[in-house]
Amino acid sequence: MKALSRLYIALILFFLYAPVLVMIFFSFNSSSSVWVFEGFSLDWYLSLISNSTMLGALKHTLVIAVLSAVISTVLGTAAAVGIMAIRSKLANKLIMATTNIPMMNADIVTGISLMFLFVFVGKLIGLSESLGFVTVLIAHITFNLPYVILSVLPKLKQTDANLHEAALDLGCTPVKAFFKVILPSISTGIATGMIMAFTLSLDDFVISYFTCGDYQTLPIIIYNMTKKSVTPDTYALSTLIFIVIFLLLIFYNMVSSKAERKAAKRRF
Amino acid sequence: MKKFISLILTFILAFALCGCDYAYKYFDLDLKAEYSRELEGTTLTVYNWGEYISDGSDDMIDVNAEFERITGIKVNYLMFESNETMYSQIKSGGITYDVIIPSDYMIQRLIKENELLEIDTSKISNYSLIEEKYKNIYFDPENKYSIPYSVGMVGIIYNTAQLGKDIEHSWNVLWDKKYKDMTLNFNNPRDAFMTAQMLLGQDLNSTNKSDWDKAADLLKKGKDNLQSYVMDEVYGKMETGEAAIAPYYAGDFLTMYEVNEDLAFFYPQEGTNVFIDSICIPKSAKNYEAALMYINFLLEPQIATANAEYIGYASPNTAVINNPDYYYYKNEILYPGDKDIPKVQYYQDIADEIRIYYEMLWCDVKLY
Amino acid sequence: MNKKSFGNKLVACPYIVWSAIFIIVPLVIMAYFALTDANGVFTLANLASLGRYKKAFAISIVYAVISTVITLLLAYPMAYFMTKLKISSQKMIMMIVMLPMWMNFLIRTYSWISILANTGIINTVLGKLGIGPLKLINTPGAVILGMVYDFIPYMILPIYSVMSKIDNSLLEASDDLGANAFNKFKRVIFPLSRPGVISGITMVFVPSVSTFYISQKLGGNKTMLIGDTIEYFYNSGPDYYNIASAISLILMVLIMLSLFVMNRFTNDESGGVVI
Repeated sequence: MKALSRLYIALILFFLYAPVLVMIFFSFNSSSSVWVFEGFSLDWYLSLISNSTMLGALKHTLVIAVLSAVISTVLGTAAAVGIMAIRSKLANKLIMATTNIPMMNADIVTGISLMFLFVFVGKLIGLSESLGFVTVLIAHITFNLPYVILSVLPKLKQTDANLHEAALDLGCTPVKAFFKVILPSISTGIATGMIMAFTLSLDDFVISYFTCGDYQTLPIIIYNMTKKSVTPDTYALSTLIFIVIFLLLIFYNMVSSKAERKAAKRRF
Repeated sequence: MKKFISLILTFILAFALCGCDYAYKYFDLDLKAEYSRELEGTTLTVYNWGEYISDGSDDMIDVNAEFERITGIKVNYLMFESNETMYSQIKSGGITYDVIIPSDYMIQRLIKENELLEIDTSKISNYSLIEEKYKNIYFDPENKYSIPYSVGMVGIIYNTAQLGKDIEHSWNVLWDKKYKDMTLNFNNPRDAFMTAQMLLGQDLNSTNKSDWDKAADLLKKGKDNLQSYVMDEVYGKMETGEAAIAPYYAGDFLTMYEVNEDLAFFYPQEGTNVFIDSICIPKSAKNYEAALMYINFLLEPQIATANAEYIGYASPNTAVINNPDYYYYKNEILYPGDKDIPKVQYYQDIADEIRIYYEMLWCDVKLY
Repeated sequence: MNKKSFGNKLVACPYIVWSAIFIIVPLVIMAYFALTDANGVFTLANLASLGRYKKAFAISIVYAVISTVITLLLAYPMAYFMTKLKISSQKMIMMIVMLPMWMNFLIRTYSWISILANTGIINTVLGKLGIGPLKLINTPGAVILGMVYDFIPYMILPIYSVMSKIDNSLLEASDDLGANAFNKFKRVIFPLSRPGVISGITMVFVPSVSTFYISQKLGGNKTMLIGDTIEYFYNSGPDYYNIASAISLILMVLIMLSLFVMNRFTNDESGGVVI
């Protein structure tokens, strides 16, 4: 049974990684095909350095991902704290229902409806060009916010209210009490929300497709490339990204398990 | 966690810095016109078909990079895959473009809807290089809004290794059960309808709804025979032998032939469509002067030749056609002699009612 | 429970304003488009004409249901088996499952073409074995495979995270009480993992029913799903914004309805989303 279950896990992982392996394999192809392998070469990695479109798009993607993650984390954390303070059950329900919409709704609907708004407002204030950096950033913040709020809220609910009161009694201002007492206890929720926001933003294609204008992010460039003949340089870039993330995750795991061990030692 | 985030930020920085590198080697260009650097630092947004400009691959000229180097104007180069997509982007008002390169019928429509600016040809010194027969053409009779970029005809590409050389020179191959799952067709309404309309012997610009209905029925009937609807994905599919028959633009056949010599090409006996893609400036353009400069640059003999060789379509530029060093000099597929010219029809802009009718029919075909 | 507060409710104001402008208003505009014609006159014609697209709706729903079921069948044992491993291995496998999510899904989907194409990896191998080329790409099966592949992490993660929290003593207790494996599953494991299953189903169903990339690349542009139909109209110009809005609106209603039905199966008040 044990062996069988391991085999099953291995099979699923193989399923998940088959296309990734194919991608890595063909990034070393010497011809420009992504399904007929002709010989080993590193040319596509070298040509990547000179592909300003793709690197420019990568930069756009990272700028949007970092900015939208940070902004939505700040806005979302504040929102979660505020929501906790709202006593009215109806208001609370209404806010949570609204928060759920971008998360539940199909991306294509969110994307198209935001596009309508941006274009409508653009026409209203007489902009000749209504889509671009600002709109794609707004769109990303909008779909990131619910994830931040929903990862911070549970942590807030677990936090002991007495701590906050104690801090106030000891003469802290409410703001100081928040930063000294509450923030540390919800920090894991905030971090989870932020990482999730960053990831979602990095990978988003559909909503960016409708809202980015000429501020094209990497998924948009890749989409345009898959509309013609994909050449292995796209695979080379994805392979590089894969390796970077892989190393980051390994590093993160090492650091966090070390920290855990340390914490465990301290406990005893 | 802090370390994790700072690491990410380091990588972001590293990638951002990489982005500044550019390894293309500039050419020593011999230009006919003068290009001032007055507009240095401004941006020019160009919206063109995919695979439709020489981009520096295979040691060819990178047209946009050269233009940037010479004028100091930054080119923001975006691509579309069909006239309809381009139109929807122009109309949405989401982005503004300074230079666009649509096809004939779409230019007619944009003129009709007052979406184009007049082009001041007195400022385009290389305009005299355009062949006379492409001036004052039907979609822009007063020559005000467009400057021809390239010309082409649709034909059928097939793989002789899979099908042999003996193949019926007709649009009917797309419906022939012999070739089930081996054929492709266009993924845009106008060209896909054309394949059926030609087989039915219709006028491509019919204003009769029942003509369009019949063509749509034929397309539906042929759908099961098809492997897929494609645009530029046709390259990969035909070059690797994934598909064996595809209607596509003649110039693209020449590009594919460079990769796979088993491919062959014919103009179907029923006739075909001839199209002209021309350079226009949309009404919303923000950098009109730079657009004129860019158009002039595209008409430069050296640049136009590089583009014509990269794209593989026929050129309307006399400096290209009459240049014996031009790779496709007197190529008979691109420049058929008077005897060999197939029966051709042009696309015209069709009244909105009919256009919406066939665009909806196309959706029905795809849904079928 | 006593309601706690750690600050002023006013700090939620920026978010409330934000969500009103960027969540509610866009949907209102969309509804406006859906209920008007090109000249802005109120009409029900757009909604009435939706019958023309019933095939897109039907196929999308059928494909989404099939791929959700397959995903569930594959992911559930995976999550269960994962919880049986050492904690450190569990963590590692979680990481491995999540890793592809950081890569662009367009590229991952696209590389399935390399595997499934007539001249692709599977058919090349089969060809060497003397088995004729199979028609794998540009079929409904390929589209469903793409959906399963792209969204399976969203099924594994919530189920796993719920299952890993099941108290082991409950399982031991059921063993002590003489439950066989089937009964243990039926009475203990499955009911406790249900919130994870529910949120997994929603997280797979919604993107599957509305996708427009997978069907284009793996289905050869031959099957139009709802997403493809909306995208086609979006790319045909403002003439079609009204009909695109009407289809989007119905898609949204459809999704909200199915989520509502799903939520009746769970008493989890948070709406049942866990990652």
